[in-house]
Formats: sequence, structure tokens, C-alpha cells
Amino acid sequence: MKDLNISNLSLVLAFAMVMISIGISTHEKLGLAKDTLISVARAIIQLIIVGYILRFILHLDNLWLTLAATLVIIFNASWNANKRDPNPKRKLSNSLLALLVGTYVTLGLLLATGVIKWVPAQIIPITGMIAGNGMVACGLCYRALNNSFHDLRQPLLERLALGSDLKTACLPILRRSIKTAMQPTIDSAKTVGLVSLPGMMSGLIFAGVNPVNAIKYQIVITFMLLSATGISSVISCYLAYKNYFNERIQLDY
Amino acid sequence: MDIIELNKVSYQVEDKQILKEIDLHVAEGQRITLTGPSGSGKSTILKLVSSLISPTQGQINFQGKDVAQLDPISYRRQVSYCFQQPSLFGTTVADNLRFPFELRDEPFNQQQAVELLWQVDLDESYLNKKIETLSGGEKQRVALIRNLLFPPKVLLLDEVTTGLDENSKAIVHKLIRNYHQEGTTILEVTHDATELDLANYLITIKEGKRVK
Repeated sequence: MKDLNISNLSLVLAFAMVMISIGISTHEKLGLAKDTLISVARAIIQLIIVGYILRFILHLDNLWLTLAATLVIIFNASWNANKRDPNPKRKLSNSLLALLVGTYVTLGLLLATGVIKWVPAQIIPITGMIAGNGMVACGLCYRALNNSFHDLRQPLLERLALGSDLKTACLPILRRSIKTAMQPTIDSAKTVGLVSLPGMMSGLIFAGVNPVNAIKYQIVITFMLLSATGISSVISCYLAYKNYFNERIQLDY
Repeated sequence: MDIIELNKVSYQVEDKQILKEIDLHVAEGQRITLTGPSGSGKSTILKLVSSLISPTQGQINFQGKDVAQLDPISYRRQVSYCFQQPSLFGTTVADNLRFPFELRDEPFNQQQAVELLWQVDLDESYLNKKIETLSGGEKQRVALIRNLLFPPKVLLLDEVTTGLDENSKAIVHKLIRNYHQEGTTILEVTHDATELDLANYLITIKEGKRVK
């Protein structure tokens, strides 16, 4: 574990890698230099703050504080997922409910099966992984819903014109959107370990854990992400599609 | 008694006025044909009557009651809108004919579906045909009988014969005539010269207004 300490000097020298990116942007006239610097500055400030907050929470090891930290993570994920919804009538409560259920059900299963323990050092990073993936899935769902309401507009109107209830009329759109949201997680499960070593597994190997033990965690993470994206996609889709209609069951966007 | 009444109905999208103060009274059992240039607002009238959109001004009544106060699902089952160039659902013709039964939680009446297929000159074998193998005329006929499996009180037809060959047109005309004779009220939009000649009550819409 001693080898894992990065000196401040190494950190400053590593900044040269950012200069490579800025150099490419300047040379190719991409106009990304300013954006890169802002994003790096944000990343540094955010990570320093998070580092200190995590050290405090981990040191305190308090049940309620850990729970509050998970709620903050979920709220931030919901806020960002909601921003990805192109529908002007989007509701933050949709993303919040989808991610609360998706994250806590998955977290509950991990705790119940004994994979992780209720200690902040395990709960907080795992919550971040679950909510982060749920956030991406919700965002994909919202965009797929929007595209589908555009592409499949006429069949939808025909179902409504035949006297269909809202859910039945929207089923093909819902299925397509949920599939779009879940597909990246399923695809990455197919290539895990072949294309890249995922973060969790890499982290454990980095920390000196036997790779054979590290893969056990990665297998659980794969299961966990499937569960989280599945639950979050289904809930967000089944809540958000109603935002495209008015009370007369008329497409209104 | 009028089954459908449009009282000073206007429809506007953002700044664009699509329809302006349209008055239209359709008596029970009547067949009314709407015509006019493209973009004049004819299809918008059908969409308003089918309650797929609501007027921005004015009121639409069905059997004397404000449509805005009626349950949209049961209303649309009584006032059925058949689209121009309709899309078929699922994989086979049967999927489409089963759909109205599924909506009503009723078992699929295959005999009735086959009888309707015969009425549009398609035999029983069509039930299992894949929709992508059907011609445009066959698709239109399947879509039309999808609207008729549970006969509506009012049938809204939006240029349902556009692009069809003469044979398909004649079959569709005959089916519509039969339903009209049996008492179904029909409000249709057409550009077809033969249909305009046959129309017994013709209304012209121009630039969102009723001109005749």
C-alpha cells in the first residue's frame, strides 16, 4: 500500500499530460483549450473537496452520516439524469424515484448477500458506482423516449385513435427505450476483462489483492450494474413517458 | 339530432392559425366529404373530431355532450379515425386484427376477422401473412377493417384511398358504402375525383376556413 502514495511533485509533473491535450487542441484549432483547463480545474477542486469529505465520513463511521452521503450521491445523479431529458415537461421526481429505488434495492441485495458491509468505505464508493450507472441509464432512456416519440409518432397516434389506453399505446416505445438504456451495460458485461479491466478490479489489483479474488468482486459488480440499470431504466421510462401527454391522453410536446 | 357538432372551432399552433371558427354539424347516419387544397386544415378537423388534439377555441360536441368532458378512450372507440397511409402493428395481419380485442379485454373473434377480410377481398390465409409482404392497397384494407371490428358510430377517413390502385379503391369504396348504409356516420377527407363526384354532402375548406 506504501507504493500507492503519489507525491505532490509527481502530481504536478503529471499535469504535463493535460498540456498534451491542450497542445493538440491548439495545434488542430479545435477550440477546446479553455474548456479543457476549466474541466481540469473543476476536477481538481471537486476531487480535493470530495477527498476531505470522504476522509471525514470514513473516520467518523456514523450510520446516519453514511446514509446522508448516499442520499447526496443519489440526488446529484438524479439532477444530472433529469438534465439529460430533452422533454421540457420533465420532472426531477421521476429521476429521483428511479435512482432511489434502483440504488437502494441493489445496495440492499449486496448487503443481504454479505458481499459488502455497512461501512462507509464500502457503501459510499458502491453507491457512487450504482447511482452513476443508473444516471447514465436514465439519461439514455429519456433520449430514446424522445427519439421514439418522434420516429414512432404515427403508429402511436393510430393506437390512441383506436381507443387504446396510454400504456398500451406506448408499449413499443417503452420497450425500445428500456432496451436502449440497458444495452450498453449488457454489451460491457460481454467484453469485461477482454477489452478493459474495470475500475473496481483494477483498483483491487492496484492495492495488491490477488487478481483471482479481484474478479469475484468484478463479477458481483457486473451483476449489480445489470440490476441497477434495469431497475432505473424501467422506473424512469414508465414515469417519464407520461410527461409527453396531457390529461386528454393527447400527445403534447 | 347531430351526432357531431363543431361550434366556432379554431386551432392554432404557436403563431400559426390552422383552423378559424369552423362550424360543422354532422347528423347521425350522414356522410360528409371534406375537400380543399393541401394544408387547408382538413386532416386537422378529423384529428380534432377524434380528440387526438383539442381546439384552442370553440367546442366539439358528440351526441350533444362536450367532447372535452368525455372519457377520451371510450370516445375514440365510438369515433374511429383511419389514417392516410396507416401503419400496421406487430408482425402479422392477425396481430393487427387482434389489437382491438386486446384493448377491450375480449377474446379474439377469428370468424369475424375472416368475414371482414373477405369483405375487402382478402382470404383467410392473410391472417398469418407478414405485414411487410402486403401491398399498399392490402395494408390500407387491413387498417380499415381494424377500425371496423367493433363498428364505431362515426368513422373518420383521412384520404384512405390515396395511392391505391383502382381495384383496391373500388373494394374500399364498397366497404365504406356498406357501413354507411348500415347506419355508420362518415366524415371523410378526399381529393379523389370519383369520390368527390359520389359525395352527397361536400364541404370545402380553404386556408383554415369553411368556404362552402
